[in-house]
Amino acid sequence: MIRFEDVSVTYDGAAEPTVQGIDFEVPEGELVLLAGPSGVGKSTVLGAVSGLVPHFTGGTLRGRVTVADRDTRTHKPRELADVVGTVGQDPLSHFVTDTVEDELVYGMESLGLPPDVMRRRVEETLDLLGLAGLRDRSLAALSGGQQQRVAIGSVLTPHPRVLVLDEPTSALDPAAAEEVLAVVQRLVHDLGTTVLMAEHRLERVVQYADRVVLLPAAGAAPVLGSPAEVMAVSPVYPPVVDLGRLAGWDPLPLTVRDARRRAAPLRSRLADRTPPAPAPAVPSGPPAPTGAPAREARSPRTPGQESRPRQAPAQAAGSGFRRLFRRPAPLPGAGRAAAPGDGTTTTAVAEVRSLAVRRGRIDALRDVGLTVAPGETIALMGRNGAGKSTLLGALVGLVEPSAGQVRVGGATPHRTPPRDLVRRVGLVPQEPRDLLYADTVAAECAAADHDAGAPAGTCRALVSELLPGIADEVHPRDLSEGQRLTLALALVLTARPPLLLLDEPTRGLDYAAKARLVALLRALAAEGHAIVLATHDVELAAELAHRVVLLAEGEVIADGPTADVVVSSPSFAPQVAKVLAPQPWLTAAQVREALR
Amino acid sequence: MSDTPPPARGPKDPTGTGPEGTGTARTGTARTGTARRAADGSGAGGPGAEPPGAGGPGARARDAAPRGVRLLGARREAAVAAGARVGTAAGPVGPARAVPRTAVHPGAWWLWSLALGTAATRTTNPLLLALLLAVSGYVVVTCRPENPGARSYTAFVKLALAVLVVRLVFATLLGSPIPGTHVLVTLPEIPLPHWAQGIRLGGAVTAEALVFALYDGLKLATLLVCVGAANALASPARLLKSLPGALYETGVAVVVALTFAPHLVADVRRLRAARRLRGRPDRGVRGLLHVGLPVLEGALERSVALAAAMDARGYGRTAEVPPAVRRTTAVLTLGGLLGVCAGTYGLLTAEGGTYGLPVLGVGLAAALAGLWLGGRRSPRTRYRPDTWNLRSCLVAGSGGAVAGLLSLAAARDPGALHPGVVPLAAPALPLWPAAAVLLGLLPAFAAPAPPPAPRRPEPPRRPESHRPEAPAVPGPAPAPVPTATTTAEESS
Repeated sequence: MIRFEDVSVTYDGAAEPTVQGIDFEVPEGELVLLAGPSGVGKSTVLGAVSGLVPHFTGGTLRGRVTVADRDTRTHKPRELADVVGTVGQDPLSHFVTDTVEDELVYGMESLGLPPDVMRRRVEETLDLLGLAGLRDRSLAALSGGQQQRVAIGSVLTPHPRVLVLDEPTSALDPAAAEEVLAVVQRLVHDLGTTVLMAEHRLERVVQYADRVVLLPAAGAAPVLGSPAEVMAVSPVYPPVVDLGRLAGWDPLPLTVRDARRRAAPLRSRLADRTPPAPAPAVPSGPPAPTGAPAREARSPRTPGQESRPRQAPAQAAGSGFRRLFRRPAPLPGAGRAAAPGDGTTTTAVAEVRSLAVRRGRIDALRDVGLTVAPGETIALMGRNGAGKSTLLGALVGLVEPSAGQVRVGGATPHRTPPRDLVRRVGLVPQEPRDLLYADTVAAECAAADHDAGAPAGTCRALVSELLPGIADEVHPRDLSEGQRLTLALALVLTARPPLLLLDEPTRGLDYAAKARLVALLRALAAEGHAIVLATHDVELAAELAHRVVLLAEGEVIADGPTADVVVSSPSFAPQVAKVLAPQPWLTAAQVREALR
Repeated sequence: MSDTPPPARGPKDPTGTGPEGTGTARTGTARTGTARRAADGSGAGGPGAEPPGAGGPGARARDAAPRGVRLLGARREAAVAAGARVGTAAGPVGPARAVPRTAVHPGAWWLWSLALGTAATRTTNPLLLALLLAVSGYVVVTCRPENPGARSYTAFVKLALAVLVVRLVFATLLGSPIPGTHVLVTLPEIPLPHWAQGIRLGGAVTAEALVFALYDGLKLATLLVCVGAANALASPARLLKSLPGALYETGVAVVVALTFAPHLVADVRRLRAARRLRGRPDRGVRGLLHVGLPVLEGALERSVALAAAMDARGYGRTAEVPPAVRRTTAVLTLGGLLGVCAGTYGLLTAEGGTYGLPVLGVGLAAALAGLWLGGRRSPRTRYRPDTWNLRSCLVAGSGGAVAGLLSLAAARDPGALHPGVVPLAAPALPLWPAAAVLLGLLPAFAAPAPPPAPRRPEPPRRPESHRPEAPAVPGPAPAPVPTATTTAEESS
């Protein structure tokens, strides 16, 4: 159905081909997974199938790609539209119209299908993807997962023979991802659709794949084979494979079910051991205090003046600074740790009490309570649209509560000037790119130092520490997804906020980047930063979080230690927990540690 | 690689219609096999959405229908296990009629609204204007569909109020040429240099001037509210969809542009929020200026991504048309446009009175024929095109009647439609123009909004999985997704 014949793609201006030696065939009706670390050209290979590479992106494609016996050299993407359906990474950039139903019919109208066929397929697709209740809704008003489902639905309606999916589930909560994958699965089985899919979250998809095409490194030739064969050699693998490799199972199990069947000996070996705690959740002291209290004391009179980095020489000098400008009674909550019992009752970094947020007629949050202690890592989980991002927004003052109280470091976020707030709380948004304005990393760092009132070079030092080998003059947009996230994280950390919030940090990250992020966040937590992350990634939560807070329809439905909350939930349990249940092991790393 | 094979067309003609292009709905090309037929057939057996006589698979789907209804609760399992057969049979009954076939054509709503607006320009009688406002408001409330665009009505009402207030404030501050004797208040007058003659700042405010401004402002406000009503009742995007085929792509471009603006606003909002996260003030002009470049960059990137998506989804596909047709199209369109130009020139110049009108008519006809022929190059079809039906006639007709009758009344009895300001007089409600305005209420009875669909946000996912008694599926299966494999294989 899809045939690559010795394909290499070189983009204009690039010295090396992005991919080369691609030579494989996808037979009709197979689901083939394209795996590999970030930046190895997975998207390029996918683009070549729909003809967007090179017709749309430019560059030179050598070799030949044929789809349903049509050569992509002689057929433009629009002439392949009836055989290939493509869904990209960002559903919003895929939408042409503004309501769900119009979006579903757009492709069919372009292809000129008869109206009665269109009518029927719209209904089928609405049911297939569970969108029937949303048919008249505006696309902009949907949650991320709903948007992704609409995007998939919009290419399903013309019944393409080949479906190309680029990270279809990266934005979805586990249940919604399962639903989408079940649909994909059914298209393969019932309708004989051929699917070529790239996905970082292998734990979600690898068991459905008939074959895996692994791009091991940039420019390297692909490795083909059955999922179990390829996973044995792959640099990227899901936790269940990790556990399988650890236990020496052969052939490697790809599903929780396979693994459970073999796991009895492992379980008995682990029976008398207890999993190590992820990290001490005790407050091990606040992060290095900054000039914030001093500024707090001064700022009512001369805001703006002290933002010059040179005037606030160093964090260490903050105390001296404070001495100079100390007022008899500091503002309530000015120094969270320095002034206990001055109104704020606990040493909590953040406190949310019976918070409610209304958006139009919708209750985004209802009666939410949350206390974040220093050094604690909390994972906010729940399905798309449950209110996770809203809660983060409220903590960082982007969302004004309609009732209840939010205190972060003693201040009310939405009433605190941004300049002061960055020293109390920092948020890395879902799209880290939003935080980046400047042309180069160096300029970005300088701006961050200036914004945070930190001495020049603070941010650059952080970047070098977190992200070694990034040159000053690189444009932030040229960084990979993981590098960009780390840069954004460094920018936020420049102000050394005691509370760090991350919204979907692992979206688009491969396992290596994720492991680096985990190590980084653990180190920050050990330093005393409190971390709250909103995530769908159960594996990340299992590795990192001390506590999991489950949200549903704007309410907190569970709040407790990760092992307790996560193991009991079928959709939020990580793979290792499912394999080794009822024992409370969460990650392969824990098991490895215990067996050592 | 040098030997380019002849462009091998798949079983489906890439330029032509889709697999079911013949319209028999179940032609079932060679590759689809029974599974695809079953899937398509199930649609035919849907909740009465399709004409009867769908044949074998349809009947099968109807058998499955009761099962499907039960499945509604366990939607996921329905999707996963039961296959396409029940998927559609279990389809929603209420929301499926969101835009019923009997819906009024958007053009009719626009005609109705603009006719009401025209009627508003014929009179300054506040009672008649208020009546017009009430009529349009009532129709909007009863007839507007449940969609995002319908909310724009409030925005227009606010705009109209603002216009009214501004008109009154100006009349108060700048004075008015209306002579009046009832001085309400005298504001301090600011002396202006002689070159500003005719402009007065402050001074006496007379009741007559205020009443005149009120009437005048009310007229404008009514006009605005009527435009708002048109927007609420039929969004401009829906109207654009009724363009002829040759202009369709232009229409899509306009629709994309229309959806682009909200995206830009959202971008600005998001980036200003991001500025706040960086510790910079997020308000004020500077904040706005600083996000300008990133917003533009983002917009550009999105345009490129959108263009790629549209291309990959078949935007701009053209059908093969014989060269003769193509040439005829070009000749007709060009010749028609020339004819329109010549005809207009003829009409406007003194000596062209004789040939002007016929040439214009012929030119228009040729241009329209060109457009129609040009539409054949586009293989597009329309999904549920709006049809002009009896209701549309009634709606447009009622608007037209209001406009016509009020124009007639304005010509016959200008006094009643323009109540005196000097001297002040209480406006009277002229009886038969008022009755004419009430004709505009017809749409409220002829084309009420469909009964509110049961508002199902999104059915909540049920954690508990009640497996349907599906005889085809033996034994329970632990995880829902692997089940799909077995079930699908067995059911196909």
